Amino acid sequence: MGIFVNKETQVIVQGITGRDGSFHTKKMLEYGTKVVGGVTPFKGGMNVEGVPVFNTMSEAVSRTGADTSIIYIPPAFAAGSIIEAAEAGVRNIVCITEGIPVADMMMAAHFVRTRGVRLFGPNCPGIITPGETKIGIMPGHIFKKGAVGVISRSGTLTYEVVHTLSAAGLGQSTVIGIGGDPVIGTKFTDCLEAFEKDPATEAVVLIGEIGGSDEEMAAAFIKEHFSKPVTVFIAGKTAPDGKRMGHAGAIIQGGKGTAESKISLFREAGAAVVDLPVDIAEAVKAFF
Amino acid sequence: MKLLEYQAKQLLKEYHIPVPEGFVVKELSMLSQPVQHLGGKCVVKAQILAGGRGKAGGVRLAGTPKEAEEAAKALLGKPLETYQTAGKGETVHSLLVEEQLVFQKEIYFSITYDRETQTPVLMLSARGGVEIEETALEDPESIKKVRVNPLTGIQEHHIRELFLFLERGKEGYRSFTDLVTNLYRLYVERDAAMVEINPLVILSDDSFLALDAKMIIDDNALFRHEDLVKIRSVPDDELQEVHAREKGLSFVKMDGDVACMVNGAGLAMATMDMIKHYGMEPANFLDIGGSSNPQKVIEALDIIMRNPKIKVIFINVFGGITRCDDVANGFKKALSQRPIDRPIVMRLTGTNEKEGREILESIGYDAFSDLREAVIHLKEVYQRSQRGGM
Repeated sequence: MGIFVNKETQVIVQGITGRDGSFHTKKMLEYGTKVVGGVTPFKGGMNVEGVPVFNTMSEAVSRTGADTSIIYIPPAFAAGSIIEAAEAGVRNIVCITEGIPVADMMMAAHFVRTRGVRLFGPNCPGIITPGETKIGIMPGHIFKKGAVGVISRSGTLTYEVVHTLSAAGLGQSTVIGIGGDPVIGTKFTDCLEAFEKDPATEAVVLIGEIGGSDEEMAAAFIKEHFSKPVTVFIAGKTAPDGKRMGHAGAIIQGGKGTAESKISLFREAGAAVVDLPVDIAEAVKAFF
Repeated sequence: MKLLEYQAKQLLKEYHIPVPEGFVVKELSMLSQPVQHLGGKCVVKAQILAGGRGKAGGVRLAGTPKEAEEAAKALLGKPLETYQTAGKGETVHSLLVEEQLVFQKEIYFSITYDRETQTPVLMLSARGGVEIEETALEDPESIKKVRVNPLTGIQEHHIRELFLFLERGKEGYRSFTDLVTNLYRLYVERDAAMVEINPLVILSDDSFLALDAKMIIDDNALFRHEDLVKIRSVPDDELQEVHAREKGLSFVKMDGDVACMVNGAGLAMATMDMIKHYGMEPANFLDIGGSSNPQKVIEALDIIMRNPKIKVIFINVFGGITRCDDVANGFKKALSQRPIDRPIVMRLTGTNEKEGREILESIGYDAFSDLREAVIHLKEVYQRSQRGGM
């Protein structure tokens, strides 16, 4: 089954007529995702890959009954699209967009919580339950159904890790990119809580990076509440203080948020921490 | 994007926040009039983006016009080295010449955002003029933080809580309320990531005034602040990074001699970590991003080749949205435009890998598909280059 999304999940694509939106609608349909509608203002009535397009999210949700949306909307309008989706009544929102102003995201993140809506991202590759549904931009063919849950702040590094896991015969239950921005919806701890309860997940891989304190909170959670084996890689050991390393959230500030401090907390919590991303599969294999 | 002090103070003035009377001076010949206007006594402040300016001698008190001239001569056009300029110094292109003020107390005040609670946070400390990181270490009890729900915005009780922390009765509450309200409005309306007033001073009439100002604008929000982009000033050592950003690349220069070019920020960081793990030093962080644009590869190689220290170049691409054939095409085109006289090691896998490899083969290049094998080979090539051979 995996966590948060499965083969029953019905998806609306916000920004479906755009370059990325239409391309990934096709890719998601090919993977088997139930894409039931799309939204682009003033393009209602069109079709994209056989999927009906609506003018608003509220129309799309009431006509299709979808419970999840994925957002491919430019940064200036993306936070507004998150709020629109939450008001329309979906339960999950996946926001792919990179570059949303922090002030907009603070507002949107607080708003979705008041509605009890789960937000993934922004600035993330999305979420996939292999063999069931892919709600995101990841290359579907590298994933394999299995028992390893993967959570990550990054996109391509996740692909790298999943690729080696699959090659080693270690399939995945659900893989979640939580996003590289400083203000995101679902955090590592939320995913760990769900993986703990998920019978399909037997081990977890956590891919963190410098900046912020989500990894620190995850380490504390693992120590207190998590019973399954966790393998960790933290990117950015070579990153200098005060520089943003590509992701808006990947920045060491005043000596806080370094890879070393995160690594030592995970070790203390009993997680297996590897030095290189290419070592992950071997470390996970030890638990099976 | 960081603002210079005088630019930040210009914004404060627009938002009715009291600042000292001051003038921007960009040439020595422009100095005498403002100094005269201020009555001969003034403060001469070097305008640089790096912090730690005061301790580095970048802020000078002048009691006479002659002293002001000496201070200006010592600063203008010269590099100012602070603990934040990484041993290089930042050239002083302008000065802020301000009136000298008498005040009864100096405190610290800032508005920034807290990643953990995802809210704006107002921060106040009775220790003015001291860096907040230092205060946090030495005397954390002297810092008061108030978080503001972004959905409801700042309320009177937030300000009251901060003011009561100062333990000074009711005198000056009106002035403090105006200042905090206006500053919060500025923080929201101008998409500041941080506004820091250190020190915020209390004058003899109990009113508050911003003696210094630091401001960082959220880079993601610059699209709605064209007026600020126009006045942008970039320190010498960040020119390349800003230039790269304009081209859609994310670049950070490092001290090593192994260049790398990667798609995706996480993988780029991990690639640097692997280079280091195998005993080499990365020369840069470079993320070409997720899109499929051969032009980006050309720009990226161009930025890499500007660093004369480079011994080898490592290209690591895991195709997702990025297509391997687009990267290979960009590489081919870059080579046709300019020869690259350093060894290049490539790792290429994922979307359209086969097509990408065919393009590379046509120009005599090969690529690994396994990351570890690629880095081990990179190390061999690097060692050969160290010995002087290719």
